Amino acid sequence: MRSFARAFARNRGAVVGLAVLVLVALVAALAPVLFPFSPWDMQGAPFAPPGDEGFLLGSDSLGRDVAADIAYGASVSLLIGAVSTAAALLLGVVLGAVAGYASGLVDDIIMRVTEFFQTVPSFILAVVLVAIFTPSLSSIVAAIALVSWPPVTRVVRAEFLTLRTREFVQAAEVLGRSRTAIIFREILPNALSPIIVLASLMVASAILLESALSFLGLGDPNLMSWGFMIGAGRSVIRLAWWMSVFPGLAIFLTVLALNLVGEGLNDALNPRLARRR
Amino acid sequence: MTYPTRRTLMTTAALAGLASQFVIPSPVRAQTAVPKRGGTLTSLLTPEPPVLIPGVNNQGPTLIVVSKIYQSLLEFSEKLEPKPLLAKSWELSDDRKTYTFHLQDNVKFHDGTPMTADDVIFSIMKFHFELAPRARGVFSKIKSATAPDPHTVVLTLDAPFDPFLLMFDVTTVAIMPKHIYDGTDYRNNPANQKPIGTGAFQFSEWQRGNFIALKRFDQYWKPGQPYLDGITYRIVPDSQSRALALQTGQVMMSAANDIEPFDVPRFQTQPNLTVETAGWEYFSPLMWIELNHRVKPLDDARVRQAMSMALDRDFILKRLWFNVGKLATGPVASTTKYYDPSLKPLPHDIKKAIALLDEAGVKPDANGVRFKIRHLTLPYGEIWARLAEYFRASMKQIGIEVTLESTDTGGWARRLSDWDYDTSVNFLYQYGDPTLGVERTYVSTNIQKVVFTNTGGYVNPEVDKLFTDGRNGADPADRQKAFFAVQKLLVEQIPQIWLLEMAFPTIHDTKVKNVITLGTGIHAPFDDVTIS
Repeated sequence: MRSFARAFARNRGAVVGLAVLVLVALVAALAPVLFPFSPWDMQGAPFAPPGDEGFLLGSDSLGRDVAADIAYGASVSLLIGAVSTAAALLLGVVLGAVAGYASGLVDDIIMRVTEFFQTVPSFILAVVLVAIFTPSLSSIVAAIALVSWPPVTRVVRAEFLTLRTREFVQAAEVLGRSRTAIIFREILPNALSPIIVLASLMVASAILLESALSFLGLGDPNLMSWGFMIGAGRSVIRLAWWMSVFPGLAIFLTVLALNLVGEGLNDALNPRLARRR
Repeated sequence: MTYPTRRTLMTTAALAGLASQFVIPSPVRAQTAVPKRGGTLTSLLTPEPPVLIPGVNNQGPTLIVVSKIYQSLLEFSEKLEPKPLLAKSWELSDDRKTYTFHLQDNVKFHDGTPMTADDVIFSIMKFHFELAPRARGVFSKIKSATAPDPHTVVLTLDAPFDPFLLMFDVTTVAIMPKHIYDGTDYRNNPANQKPIGTGAFQFSEWQRGNFIALKRFDQYWKPGQPYLDGITYRIVPDSQSRALALQTGQVMMSAANDIEPFDVPRFQTQPNLTVETAGWEYFSPLMWIELNHRVKPLDDARVRQAMSMALDRDFILKRLWFNVGKLATGPVASTTKYYDPSLKPLPHDIKKAIALLDEAGVKPDANGVRFKIRHLTLPYGEIWARLAEYFRASMKQIGIEVTLESTDTGGWARRLSDWDYDTSVNFLYQYGDPTLGVERTYVSTNIQKVVFTNTGGYVNPEVDKLFTDGRNGADPADRQKAFFAVQKLLVEQIPQIWLLEMAFPTIHDTKVKNVITLGTGIHAPFDDVTIS
């Protein structure tokens, strides 16, 4: 564990990324304390520039506090990122593990389905899914999960294909352990590092995907999210640049931080890179 | 054909306008100077019309182009007074049932055929009667339509109907060539590809997705007119590209919903452009929060008053519609006939609103929530989403929890016509007269599972009676009495929460003269428009 932390810390960018991420999480957690009102509440004059009338980051077209909106939006973005990634992982890991371990016809069927999903442009599919099931928190999470599981399946399958021929797996088979136990107790823990790296990047793309959906007006109309803020501010960008710039920065920093952390994890968990050090 | 008209109009964020504080007096024509001939007017058009035949399609963009190619018997001033067009004069009999129109002498269709009384009667009694439900509703009152000579049309009604003349605008009853359409399937007539009317401009070319070109009709019945060589309507689907085209001078004019409200302020400061918000008096679209009276406690007038008082209409006008529009004072727009000018702006008073809710027995629970409703956002673009958010925030102040619901345009119309909503936002054209455009939302006889009827299910026998009196009243004074009374009553009852009188900015190069001269604005014939 200590060697992992040391390897991770060797990547400066990853440390910065982690710090930013912790900050975002803190802001999300403290939003109700920092801004003890609903992000939808009108707090003062509309279109107040940053610093004016007590608005740290200005106010939007309805006089809502942009800073408060970003703080509340952080929890929405992180929540959607985390939950949809978890859902995609669940689907992707199970399918990939079964395909990689079983091989043969089962593998063929699962991989053809995966390829089918990979050939459909993921963003378009997400837009269609959300539009059909009407925009709400659950439909957005489901749509993001549904378009982001195929890469997980492929990575997990590849790992399983190499691991299942190793001696420890053969030993477990000889010992008569059940297939489920072999898949989840023996092979999966050894395939975990690429999955963790992939997951950190998936959270980033999920946040981006949710922002893009909200930007297009397909977000949950009752949730304040960063993408929604940019979408709402876009039309008045000549009048109030701060309405779209600050949430844009928030998305940029969060996604960048997640990518840096992902890279750090990759460095720390990849044995080949570790040996080079 | 109210439905498609409205729908298109609303597809983009509506442009409201008409703010009377902006109304620019219609230009006084210089009688002495000879108007300058020549030049082609370029204008924007959004979205592209499916076909250019009035009646077959009565959507907003279609009517803008069609009004240059076709004409009706009359046109209407900004005060909605009838002015001669294809009819040079008209008389009403003493019993107020018989209208006699005397037609202009030398009017020709674009194919050279003279226009006669037969074409007029065909257009009224057959063409529009069969195609347009709104025309049918009124023209079914016509007992007989005769032509004593080729230039006289006599229409006799079964009973006096005061708003009758308002029907004879090109946006409602364009005069169609009988020799082309009689006995054919109007919707699929091959001639629909090349519209033929009596207007100052004839159809020239249409490149789908690109432009519609009209050229001067040399045999136009007004001598020496039109002054322009032609009009080109450019179709640009993206709103920011449209704004840019106007700003850089690639087009000289924009109208209706070409330019989004938030872009209007910057065009107002551009010196070579004129922004006019007049020219929508004939339509007078009125916007409101649509309430479903079947949902408790929205059936309680005190609750509706409280909700109305919680809304700051001034904020909606200034911050969402960028001052393009006017505060609504009641069910009738101030530019519609029989508007009661004594009506005050609807009050904004949070304290009183809360007191009214308490009085109505709608008490807050532990979280301060009195009741919960769903609000179906009007899916016509961003400005409507902001309005829904504003509504939710305002209702929260008086303890009403609003959950927003998103839908697409088809879904919105379906949910409204199925009465499957608590609140939504809606706006309707008034067509100059309460009988034509206001009555339909409030009378119990019009509660239908059809959008743009009394979908809210408001029932009040007194309101029904007053609207009937107003409809049947032969004397304008009697009608006024009934309509003033019904406005007073409705403002107390607030069956729908009126917000704004909308209108749409017409933005044009200052070189273009005589653009807005009528109460139908850009739907004028444009035969007197010049480019100096």
